[in-house]
Amino acid sequence: MSKEELLKKRYRAEKRFKFYGLTSVILAILFVLFLVNVIFSKGKGAFSRTTISVEVDFNTEKLELKNNPTNKEIQDTDFYDLSIESLLNVYKTNGLKEEKDLIRIFSPDYEIEIKNFIIENKGFLNKTAIIELTASDDIDQLNKGNYPRHLPEERRRISDFQLLIYDKLVEDNKIQKTFNTFLFTNGDSRDPELAGVGGSLLGSFFTIIVTLLLSFPIAILASIYLEEFAPKNRITDFIEININNLAAVPSIVFGLLGLGILLGTFDFPRSTPLVAGITLALMTLPRIIIPCRASLKAVPPSIREGALAVGASKVQSVTHHVVPLAIPGTLSGTIIGLAQALGETAPLILIGMVAFVVDLPSSPVDPSASLPVQVYLWSEQAERGFVEKTSATIMILLTFLITMNAFAVYLRQKFERRWS
Amino acid sequence: MNLAILLLIVLFSTSCFFFGRKKIINITAANKIRMNALPDYYGYYLALWCAIPAVLILAFWTVFEPTIIKAFIINNITSSNLKEFNSDELNLIYQQIKALYLGNFTGTLSEEIRRGAENYKSFLSIAEGSKIVILISIVIVTTLYSYKKLINNNKAREDVEKIFKAVLFTCSLVAILTTIGIIFSLLFESIKFFTTINIFDFLFGTSWSPQRAFVRDASTITPEEYNELKDAFGSVPLFAGTAFIAFIAMIVAVPIGLFSGIYLAEYASKKVRKYSKPIIEILAGIPTVVYGFFAALTVGPFFREFGERFGLEVSSESALAAGLVMGVMIIPYVSSLSDDVINAVPQSLRDGSYAVGATKSETIKKVVIPAALPGIVGSVLLAVSRAIGETMIVVMAAGLAARLTINPLESTTTITTQIVMILIGDQEFDSPKTQSAFALGLTLFFATLILNYIALRFVKKYREKYE
Repeated sequence: MSKEELLKKRYRAEKRFKFYGLTSVILAILFVLFLVNVIFSKGKGAFSRTTISVEVDFNTEKLELKNNPTNKEIQDTDFYDLSIESLLNVYKTNGLKEEKDLIRIFSPDYEIEIKNFIIENKGFLNKTAIIELTASDDIDQLNKGNYPRHLPEERRRISDFQLLIYDKLVEDNKIQKTFNTFLFTNGDSRDPELAGVGGSLLGSFFTIIVTLLLSFPIAILASIYLEEFAPKNRITDFIEININNLAAVPSIVFGLLGLGILLGTFDFPRSTPLVAGITLALMTLPRIIIPCRASLKAVPPSIREGALAVGASKVQSVTHHVVPLAIPGTLSGTIIGLAQALGETAPLILIGMVAFVVDLPSSPVDPSASLPVQVYLWSEQAERGFVEKTSATIMILLTFLITMNAFAVYLRQKFERRWS
Repeated sequence: MNLAILLLIVLFSTSCFFFGRKKIINITAANKIRMNALPDYYGYYLALWCAIPAVLILAFWTVFEPTIIKAFIINNITSSNLKEFNSDELNLIYQQIKALYLGNFTGTLSEEIRRGAENYKSFLSIAEGSKIVILISIVIVTTLYSYKKLINNNKAREDVEKIFKAVLFTCSLVAILTTIGIIFSLLFESIKFFTTINIFDFLFGTSWSPQRAFVRDASTITPEEYNELKDAFGSVPLFAGTAFIAFIAMIVAVPIGLFSGIYLAEYASKKVRKYSKPIIEILAGIPTVVYGFFAALTVGPFFREFGERFGLEVSSESALAAGLVMGVMIIPYVSSLSDDVINAVPQSLRDGSYAVGATKSETIKKVVIPAALPGIVGSVLLAVSRAIGETMIVVMAAGLAARLTINPLESTTTITTQIVMILIGDQEFDSPKTQSAFALGLTLFFATLILNYIALRFVKKYREKYE
């Protein structure tokens, strides 16, 4: 091989190598885009809800209600017959099977929805009102264009008769799409059209508050000790080894810790944000201590020496001068640690946060789910509607994580001082 | 209740702070003397003495109260009944008593549960009352004691600083306590498990199906039963599955991660680096449950359809899908760690290589990578430890069937999947099945510990080399 050929070959190898590197970077970025795209395209449907307009005649005599009833009286009245009658007026039916089919295009909570409407709008008593009732999951999916209506009838859950009703309703403009407030306000449900992340949002909120209250003070105090006061001896070394190891222990092991010690030995209440918060605090602690120590270390020694020189004690130099300068760094480290804790699922499954909880939790000792666990629970459901609900939950979760991380970056850039 | 007590203590101790400070200011003003410490420190001194003992006692009380009350209740049941209960039944009765007290009891109400609930109520009120009395007296005693010492104390600052340092030290001990807690909780259940199942049968058995194990009492197992039982708890298929999925993940993550690390460190312009690095690191910030959902819903079915087109039998929960997605998750760990270690290689090494006429890629291949190798190996090992400890992706996408296979298209199971599957929902305590999850956790803990230790040794050695 001549010199020129050899050189050409080497340059080709150079180009090839650079190409591999570039391809890897592009591949990694493509993965991010693909993942985000899949989640968003699947999840955006969950933010809208399909409703069907139904005429309801609130005849007080038929309902056996007095004039000017109180909320409680309405609440105690049976609206079932009225509801069924109004629903059946939507389309002409023939026989019991068709009636059943017609009622099944509505979500099973129609009676409650009608009741709530009249409680809020008492003026419609003895009048006819047009109410938007939530459509069933299948109709919802059909309306969003996710339902395979071309399949033969025996292979789909919507019957031909229901399709007929649906098409008629669309023609009459009786099917609407509204913003899905249920997604944010409701708790979990077996019916995808009624299920919401309200409960798990609150559960996650309580969990993160407990985690923050426990991990932030302990982490910052521990890192002050290790960075400023700890003598160089075996105990200090042992503490440092422990912190570094704990930061790399798989999260599921912390779940076993929570299950064995908190639930098993100390008999804490199961499935609650309190236990979840403590477990996650133990998990996050080393992950917060490491950046906290780094930001304390970044404060130059001259600050400490200056304070000592004018007669401050060691503790005073640390608490009055070093810690205030390190606070932005410790805060951003804490927020990033909390963001990790917010997305953690496995330990929460082990401490029983997978229970099916319909009610919204009102304190950290009420059983509840959390956002990532909700993702897991809904992803196991077979209904089509839960797929978009799961993706929407992921979108909400990711929004929180991105906000937290962006805030951490902002804190660092805005307040952190560069010493050079 | 506890929150209210805590608030009261905090309130009282805050007023102690102001009171102590005022007192000292008055004394110094009246007697025209100067104290050795600033007035604030006298305030802190009083406030800390008032708060810390009370808060500590409150914390211990809260943690241990349920256990002690449970012991009392169970003692009452066993002593007032002629019947013998085993520990499971006692636990159940205790849970029912608690449920009855809280008002969400379901099932048939028996006499002893009703009586137990009354006992429970009275115990609770006794505990509540004595807690308040003890706390009030503690607060009074410590406050009076410190107040008496306050006036003649010339070393208030030193004392306060000593307390402060002690608090700092205690906080740093939490890390050790956590490790002890982990080892204790894992070891405790694992030892119980290993008394039923021989540890070697657990580590080297090749058949795993814990749902077959129905033994309640470990002492009554006959040899034949044991033979069947040990076939339910052979964990080799799990280790193999874990290693296999981690291997697939590393096949994806190491080349892509390493090459992008090299590219970002050596080739990329500042601008490209500034934008692409954070984007790649988004992959590390996405919760694993999201990857799991992605693997189960998009990647798994995609492989199945793809395989069907070529006449291949692909399970929708395949090791390939789980491993691939896990690999994507791990890319940023490999890339940012190797980016760091490559950046740490001294420029002089590169300059020397360029000076003898090497191209950039030759320099990287022959000089930079060999120099950075320990660091790269360390970062890959850390990534492996992440892969074997990863839970949600495999739970959602890898399947449950424990089989020894090297076919990536079949479903496999892992250690973490089995832990979750055993412990999800209600567990019966004291059954080998539940305990086996803790034994698996112990194995996982030690495996990751050893990997991390070796990895950190590599990285440390590498750092020392160029410092």
